[in-house]
Amino acid sequence: MDIVTPGFGLIFWTSITFMLLLFLLTKFAWKPILNAVQEREEAIDGALEAAEKAKNDLLSLKSSNEDLLKEARTEREQILKEAREMREKTISEAKEAASKEASKVMVSAREQIENEKLAAMTEVKNQAAKLAIEMAERVLRSELKDPGAQEAMVSRALDEVKMN
Amino acid sequence: MVEQVSLHRILKSISLKKLNRFFLLFLFASTVMQATNVEVDVHESDTAKESTLDKEKKAYDPTDDIMHHIADSHGWHLFDWKGHEIGIPLPVILYTDKGLVVFSSSAFHHDSEGKHIVEIKGQRFINFHNKIYYASEIPSGHGIYAQFNETTHVISNSKPWDISITKNVASLLLSAIIILWLFLSVARFYKRQQSHRSPKGVAAFMEPIIIFVRDEIAKENIGPHYKRFVPLLLTFFFFIWINNVMGLVPLFPGGANVTGNIAVTMVLAIIVMIVTNINGNKNYWSHIFWMPGVPVAVKPLLAVVEFIGIFTKPFSLMIRLFANITAGHIIVLSLISLIFIFETALVSPVSVLLTLFISVLEILVTALQAYIFTLLTALYIGAAMHEEHH
Repeated sequence: MDIVTPGFGLIFWTSITFMLLLFLLTKFAWKPILNAVQEREEAIDGALEAAEKAKNDLLSLKSSNEDLLKEARTEREQILKEAREMREKTISEAKEAASKEASKVMVSAREQIENEKLAAMTEVKNQAAKLAIEMAERVLRSELKDPGAQEAMVSRALDEVKMN
Repeated sequence: MVEQVSLHRILKSISLKKLNRFFLLFLFASTVMQATNVEVDVHESDTAKESTLDKEKKAYDPTDDIMHHIADSHGWHLFDWKGHEIGIPLPVILYTDKGLVVFSSSAFHHDSEGKHIVEIKGQRFINFHNKIYYASEIPSGHGIYAQFNETTHVISNSKPWDISITKNVASLLLSAIIILWLFLSVARFYKRQQSHRSPKGVAAFMEPIIIFVRDEIAKENIGPHYKRFVPLLLTFFFFIWINNVMGLVPLFPGGANVTGNIAVTMVLAIIVMIVTNINGNKNYWSHIFWMPGVPVAVKPLLAVVEFIGIFTKPFSLMIRLFANITAGHIIVLSLISLIFIFETALVSPVSVLLTLFISVLEILVTALQAYIFTLLTALYIGAAMHEEHH
């Protein structure tokens, strides 16, 4: 029965030793260790969380950047398109205006030429008439002494007029 | 990890079925019976030895030596040298009728048969089977200064209160110092860290175990209020583990049978019982004295069973640890004893190989028993603090 009979002395010393051990370990070992471990765990969790957040932030930033870029690109497209249209419009307008102007100039030129021509013709006619008159005068003056010559002269002049 | 979890689950299911309690009661009963037999054997062999002293030599019976090792003793026996016992004397501290008495165990001159009287302050003491008794006036026979009951052969001398530093107490104190040194140095590592660094050295070895006790044992089984029990569970775990390991070391600082001594396991179990019942909530007590959800006629019956359960739970803890560790020591010693039983050195390779095998197994058992004790403690506390959910 010895083996299953708890001895008083050992109960006494075990109680004291265990209680002392529990107290000392709790105060000087378990508390500091557990606190340090927990703090470290929290620090690690915090760091991981922060990293995750940063990653997400970066991701959203990237996507917003992309959106911005896309927007800018479409805007550029738009602007370019507008510019192209504008250019084409301007060119066509200019062309139209130019051709209009040109045709206007042509018309006026043609009119002027016609006028000039008419004026010239009138001038020529006047000059010819004047010349004819002068000649006639001169012929008349020189030739009028001879009536035949006068007559030939008039007929010749008339012929010349007719040639015109 | 998988293995731990599955083992954990198995243990949980067993404890839920309460099968192990019956098994251990059976084990306890058989141990008691065996121990009583051994006691009788010792007495018989003693008397037989005396009568057949000059007849043929008796076959070696290892029971005596094994039981001597398993039990506690005054003085720490190291080895025999030329027929003399060499050991470390330890202080004998007695609280007698005339106050505190302290003397060295060497005063008994290695006698544990009650034949040598130590006289201090007018009081006479004998050491009989490593227990201190007041000596009788005259020897009863065979030079033993003690009186025995005629029929039971049980010693009838009175005993002083014995709080000696025995072999187990010395080993216990040594283990306590080792544990303190170990974990204060672990704690020093954490205190020295300014920022949070990964553990190094002994802290790297201990931290996973500490976290395992915290997360897998305390948090898992106690529930939301686990935090204040973690120091107790850690102390249980390492106290049992280190003492188990020390018991396995065959040379001097080790070799005592601390956790295989029922006094030690009893103290641990009583602490578990106190902690469990102090922290028992309304739900826990109502489940003991007035079980909800059963017919009123059954309630008193269950109250009795559950009330006994308050004591059987820590009792099973006490017996489990004691029986496992003691059994380990007995097996190792029995295997070594084979050499002396067969009286030939040829059997020693077998003996050594088997001892090696068992020792390796025992290394596992040291941690396993510490784990089981701690786990069940956590389970009991968890059950006492469990809140009704329906």
